[in-house]
Amino acid sequence: MIEYLSAITGMLILVLLVGLGRILLGPSPADRMLASQLFSTAGVSILILLAIIQNQSALINVALVLALLAPLTLITFIRLRKNPS
Amino acid sequence: MSLLDVFTVVMTAGGLFFFFAGSIGLLRFPDVFCRLHALTKADNLGLGLIVIGVLPQVASVFDALQLILIWLLVMVAGAMSCYLVANQALAALSKDVAGKLNEHHDPTMNPTTTSPAGATQNGL
Repeated sequence: MIEYLSAITGMLILVLLVGLGRILLGPSPADRMLASQLFSTAGVSILILLAIIQNQSALINVALVLALLAPLTLITFIRLRKNPS
Repeated sequence: MSLLDVFTVVMTAGGLFFFFAGSIGLLRFPDVFCRLHALTKADNLGLGLIVIGVLPQVASVFDALQLILIWLLVMVAGAMSCYLVANQALAALSKDVAGKLNEHHDPTMNPTTTSPAGATQNGL
């Protein structure tokens, strides 16, 4: 079970690499922010899986904090785009 | 391999599938709105299936509740932030279309469609 969950974690890191392509290509800043949204979700999943693999439930708290902070970056981005003063 | 382990294997594999579908859609879809559609699949279903699959493996009930809380939080935050991004992209798009219509119209030929508000309504 531990090996299987580790393999899933590695695949999720591959998902992050695919998302990096959109950050490189993305024509508009909104596309790049969407890729960062994918990064935060995949990062939360990786942290949850790591908490199970390493049997450390503190990592679930880290995942919770990451899930809390991720939308703040997007809200800041939208606010700065609307009034760029 | 017990039945709960089989459940974990199936559910996390499903979550991984949705993550791959979302990231490939993010890479290959043509514009911002299609990419939003692909991204929300990865947000809601990918993370949700992984959380459901991991639930039988956690040590305590408290951890399980915290995992479900994370999933609900990501769903609410994803819906809100995707609405904001779509709103901003739509505003930028309509401004763009209005600018292009004003460029291509000769104001002396057709005086009814020269105002920017009229051009925006025609463009959308």
